[in-house]
Amino acid sequence: MAENNVATYQKEIKGFKIDLINKRAQEGALIPLLQSAQDSYGYIPEKAIHYISEVVGIPSAEIYGVITFYSQFRLKPLGKHVVRICEGTACHVNGAKKVRQVLQNELDISVGETSEDGLFTLQSVACLGCCSLAPVFMINEETYGNLTPKKTKEIVKKYIATARN
Amino acid sequence: MKEIRVGLGTCGISAGGEAVYKELEKEIKTKKLDVKLKETGCMGMCYEEVLVEVLDAGHSFLYSKMTADKVVRVVDEHLAAGKPVEEWLAAPAVEADSSPANDFMSGQQRIVLRNCGIIDPASIDEYIAHDGYKAIRQTISSRTPEEIIELFIKSGLRGRGGGGFPTGLKWKFARQAKGDKKYIICNADEGDPGAFMDRSILEGDPHAVLEGMMIGAYAIGAGEAYIYVRAEYPLAVKRLETAIKQCEDKGFLGKNIFASAINFKIKIKEGAGAFVCGEETALIASIEGKRGVPRIRPPFPANKGLWGKPTNINNVETFANIPWIVLNGAEAYAAYGTEKSKGTKVFALAGKIARSGLAEVPMGISINDIVFRIGGGIKDDRRFKAVQMGGPSGGCIPAHMGDLKIDYDEITRTGAIMGSGGLIVLDDSTCMVDLARFFLDFTQNESCGKCTFCRIGSKRMLEILERITLGEGKEGDIELLQDLGQKIKESSLCGLGQTAPNPVLTTIKYFREEYEAHIKEKRCPAHSCAALLTYRVVAEKCTGCTLCARKCPVDAISGEKKTLHVIDEEACIKCGLCFDACRFDAVEKI
Repeated sequence: MAENNVATYQKEIKGFKIDLINKRAQEGALIPLLQSAQDSYGYIPEKAIHYISEVVGIPSAEIYGVITFYSQFRLKPLGKHVVRICEGTACHVNGAKKVRQVLQNELDISVGETSEDGLFTLQSVACLGCCSLAPVFMINEETYGNLTPKKTKEIVKKYIATARN
Repeated sequence: MKEIRVGLGTCGISAGGEAVYKELEKEIKTKKLDVKLKETGCMGMCYEEVLVEVLDAGHSFLYSKMTADKVVRVVDEHLAAGKPVEEWLAAPAVEADSSPANDFMSGQQRIVLRNCGIIDPASIDEYIAHDGYKAIRQTISSRTPEEIIELFIKSGLRGRGGGGFPTGLKWKFARQAKGDKKYIICNADEGDPGAFMDRSILEGDPHAVLEGMMIGAYAIGAGEAYIYVRAEYPLAVKRLETAIKQCEDKGFLGKNIFASAINFKIKIKEGAGAFVCGEETALIASIEGKRGVPRIRPPFPANKGLWGKPTNINNVETFANIPWIVLNGAEAYAAYGTEKSKGTKVFALAGKIARSGLAEVPMGISINDIVFRIGGGIKDDRRFKAVQMGGPSGGCIPAHMGDLKIDYDEITRTGAIMGSGGLIVLDDSTCMVDLARFFLDFTQNESCGKCTFCRIGSKRMLEILERITLGEGKEGDIELLQDLGQKIKESSLCGLGQTAPNPVLTTIKYFREEYEAHIKEKRCPAHSCAALLTYRVVAEKCTGCTLCARKCPVDAISGEKKTLHVIDEEACIKCGLCFDACRFDAVEKI
């Protein structure tokens, strides 16, 4: 029964780029498995949870518990461009709140949301680790530092114009 | 031959270091110069990034705030014609591999950061050329595990992750524990917002951490190790992977390491984003693939840790100290520091400070020395108000206690903690109530939920703080916060809950009048809490340029061109855009 299920899931979710059967032998493989599922899809689809559950022999509910415990994991797809605003201490005391306000206004979404057209996701992170550039935000892999509300607006407007054209 | 080093840690890359590196590469190639270009980790002077160091005829020239546009001139004038571009140098030239002659670097004592910014972190040969893997060879060939443990007890090294537990003693417990298999773990789950020394060490000198782990493993008798590193540090993960692979190829890791009878392997586990996993038992649960929830101790990890086996956990900075101590001896290390806190500590300076970055200083240095001598004082000439030490588990130490000597016990006495070494400098524009709310928001969010007081108590504390910053504080709120804080500290299992109230309790202790101003007078003395602010146009200064009115998102500002403008207090949403926009300082906060 279990083997059949694995085969069905494998057929249903293509592109899962990891060798699950090999990982099965390793203890503690659950988190690396979830990480690679998220790498493959950009989020963790429900089917992947059931699939992993069959392979590692841990109930789906327990896996769901692990997913929701760690902030890295997502159960919904991300927008095409991910905007990450740093809310670390250095950024907080250097005016991150205003930067966040501008980003929310310009993108017309709140932190944690994805725009309706699927182009932008706005996230807040605890610390990006470049405190000397505070306040900071990232768009995809690009970091922007020493921000003012004005500079933030200019940068994000440029991205919006390019993305929506 | 001239050598060029470009600092490409996360901070250097964020500041645009990769573009500078590529431009240098291109220029050197097209102009066919005989120059060695290399990538290094961060040297700690984050405020001057991008840093490019040119080593020429035994001297070091440090160019600061480099951009791709500035590269051509440095290449043409310095590299090709031999004339340094003096006006772009961060400090006067010094002899190669001595620290730059500026106030930021000269007050430091570099043990942990000895190689950061000097060697190429992706090259094991460079690490070896800087005495790398000499300490582990010496250890295996001529010392017993007991001698090593004794050496570390004597050195006085204490855990740099925050707890400050003596490293030698910790190793002794793990050594004495009975078990067929033992583990050693490197805690690289640096979670304090505002602390970035572990990331910098892993990015700048990964082999030092691996060597420290090898020596620790030898001391306790562990055959396997894990590095639990934040997934948010992709560059650190990459550098560790490269370093481990290089060690395996050279026979430093794997079977019969350094041609001895010892087998030792190191694996990397990427964390998935949970602050509580910095706690030992939660970290172990996370490696095992479970929710990272702490458990009751005893049994301590030294007896029952990963997969139920004796386990020893040390932090990145602790491990990076270890090879140096083996090579230089316990006395040399203990010569630095205070009676109960030996050696050096790396601090991450950030916040309202002129020079932010990483500074490694001997324990016992005063707060004022760090802030003013090394950090260059407060940004924009504002007034120094406090330092926040220890992140969300720490507290605020007011400016008038600036002569305090920094060591574990002195800091604990103030109500803050040393923590991992985040040191955020605050000026008079920071509201202490809002800062306490900020930290509690963080810990409340990161509470794993196991202990009721931590889960619900921190939520209630946050609600009270939010109310106070919104101007809805009530008589008795301060006492309620203190009562809740004390109870959370006493009835939480792990460090997270035991320390979460610290930012609130220390700000009440030292800045009680700010809480009272919020509650009784509905006033925020730092002019930071939006709900307690009123924006007003100063009649004498307003030129009627209309800029503020055009910026106002809710049309709350009225006034004709060249006449006095007025803000409608009812309609104002207190976004502060007019304040930021005005070129004549004609908008004031009251």
